[in-house]
Amino acid sequence: MERSTKIWASLSVAAVSLLASLAAASAGSIKIESWRNDDADIWNSQIIPAFNKHYPNIKVEFSPSAPTEYNAALNARLAGGAAGDILACRPFDASLDLFKKKYLVSLNDLAGMKNFSDVAKSAWSTDDGKDTFCVPMASVIHGFIYNKDALKKVGASEPTTMEEFNALLEKLKKDGTYTPLVMGTADQWEAATMGFQNIGPNYWHGEQGRLALIKGTEKFTDPQYVDVFKELAKWGPFMGNGFQAQKYPDSQNLFSLGKGAIYPAGSWDISTFRATAKFPMGAFKPPLPAGATQCYISDHTDIGMGLNSASKNKDDAKKFLEWLTTPEFATLYANALPGFFPLSSTPVAIKDDLAATFVSWRKDCKSTIRNSYQILSRGTPNLENELWNVSAQVINGTMTPEAAGKRLQEGLDKWYHPAK
Amino acid sequence: MPAPAPQIVATMPRVRLMGLMLLFLGPAVAIYTAISIYPLLATMQLATYRTTPTGASYFVGLANFATLLTDAVWSQPFWNAAWNNLKFFLVHMLVQNPIGIALAGLLSLPNLRLRGVYRTVIFLPTMLSVVIVGFAWNLILSPLWGIAEGALKSVGLGSLFAPWLGLPSTALVTLALISVWQFVGIPMMLIYAALLNIPDELVDAARVDGLGHFRIFWHIKLPLVAPTIGLVSILTFVANFNAFDLIYAVKGALAGPNFASDILGTFFYRAFFGNQLQLGDPNMGAAIATVMFFIILAGVCVYLFAVQRRITRYAF
Repeated sequence: MERSTKIWASLSVAAVSLLASLAAASAGSIKIESWRNDDADIWNSQIIPAFNKHYPNIKVEFSPSAPTEYNAALNARLAGGAAGDILACRPFDASLDLFKKKYLVSLNDLAGMKNFSDVAKSAWSTDDGKDTFCVPMASVIHGFIYNKDALKKVGASEPTTMEEFNALLEKLKKDGTYTPLVMGTADQWEAATMGFQNIGPNYWHGEQGRLALIKGTEKFTDPQYVDVFKELAKWGPFMGNGFQAQKYPDSQNLFSLGKGAIYPAGSWDISTFRATAKFPMGAFKPPLPAGATQCYISDHTDIGMGLNSASKNKDDAKKFLEWLTTPEFATLYANALPGFFPLSSTPVAIKDDLAATFVSWRKDCKSTIRNSYQILSRGTPNLENELWNVSAQVINGTMTPEAAGKRLQEGLDKWYHPAK
Repeated sequence: MPAPAPQIVATMPRVRLMGLMLLFLGPAVAIYTAISIYPLLATMQLATYRTTPTGASYFVGLANFATLLTDAVWSQPFWNAAWNNLKFFLVHMLVQNPIGIALAGLLSLPNLRLRGVYRTVIFLPTMLSVVIVGFAWNLILSPLWGIAEGALKSVGLGSLFAPWLGLPSTALVTLALISVWQFVGIPMMLIYAALLNIPDELVDAARVDGLGHFRIFWHIKLPLVAPTIGLVSILTFVANFNAFDLIYAVKGALAGPNFASDILGTFFYRAFFGNQLQLGDPNMGAAIATVMFFIILAGVCVYLFAVQRRITRYAF
């Protein structure tokens, strides 16, 4: 009995793999793995047809999984040799891990890779920057979205410096019609992502500070980091009543119901607010601290596309990846998904005015990514977790800015010893 | 007259006895081994290995446990989670079980009307998904849209309101009370069933002697259901030290603010599965799971040897 089951099992495995290899061998078909199941419609109705105009003979299948299951499901399929030809890449260590295990191939020879800056490529490159293994596809930008009616009510314009920003919050609070700053600390990540990583790059000079942290020549106890916490420490009184228990969806609702004035945002919020908010919205970039002239923005690499080393159809897959580097794809993608911005160096025309405002900052400001993402979150305690914790505590008023910097640096010092 | 059982067993051929034992015990042993004992042993084995970045793993003995208990990076959150877990348990013992006993006592009053309705309504939350309970209480207690603040204001206690789920001083106790609200039906039902078992003669005799409802409950019924209360306590202990879902649903895996609501379950989850940029570490996760197992085992042993044997049982 057991024996015959085994035989049947191995026979069916053989049959399935035979069929699979036949399917893969049939002229030009490729399969894309992704966690963006929300985008399946856009891929099938817009992106793939546009690609087929150039390559009518390559059949492309977009095969997404649920975001929370993607990493585990992809790893299982890669180990079993059943994964698609093209794989959506998470930024940094998750994908680097796949490259180290030789599931992803180096894409250095892809001609279109020159269309991307080093910052854009850093999320999918080895630590030494020698090999890049995914085509950078989209980033998300931080800034502040505001209710135009609220600023009109208090007769203010968009703040460009932190001083003006704080004065504006004060004005809005005195007026009392709107919650000046719409953010909560219950979920903790908003404090770190929409707070610290949003305004921070102006203080630590973007890439310069981020790379110095990795080199070990700057520390979180340095004034440029503690000053960010000092600014965050002022935010609590301007946030909604009981903000300590306010969760991310609460913040989104509070703002889109028109009850708040300024919303520290990630550009992915744009599509949410487009669907729900009924008032005119504007956006301003992170205001500059005193004395600064150059602006920096968090233009965070979020999604890329790589090539499965076990793909049976590498030629066609490479044609597809090459097409992903073109301005045509960039324009298509950016307009189909406002708030996810293409990473190529060539500027892209975006129709959504709010999204266009966000992306326009790239012209004047220098782009950087969140400083906890590359290398620094590999050890225990995990820097990103620590950052969520201390940022929320600083805003809650249960930790001083100095103590926050000290705690981050002490955590990092426990395991991270950069070569000096 | 049939022979007594021990005699039958003694005279049975050995092969037949073994066959019978296999027939009766085999299925249970097989199932428990497959879904309970094997995973437990495999977890303990996993806890004695460490994995390299390329995916190879090697034996390290008890090194993971030494790291967990002595390296401040692990031991500090571990003791924090264990301490919070103890508080979580104490809230259940001090609030859930007394209320459960009191409700059971009220339900067993002889002249109570609508008994079935009360019983059902109080038991109902137990059957709800924890995710729904967490979501509902999040909304009730929300400082933005919740009804808690308005309800307090309407009785003149508005100044008492605070964002309880978001403050380090109150988050854990609030979560524990939400859990109490959900599960108070279980001690109530168990103790109610035990109360129903008490013979009417005892109660009647007490009434003839002139005792009121409360003194009958306190002096007659309560001592008689003590074994059930002990059972409820140990069930509470095991459930609380395995708890995870409510905290995860309401506060996320990082159990904030500043790990004020972190318990062993959420600490284990972060270690095993990771969080955001923290990659999962199955070996350390298994070490935490093993320690949790021994904590629960120790608690159950204390109960079995120190408490249960001293409880007086009355046969009716």
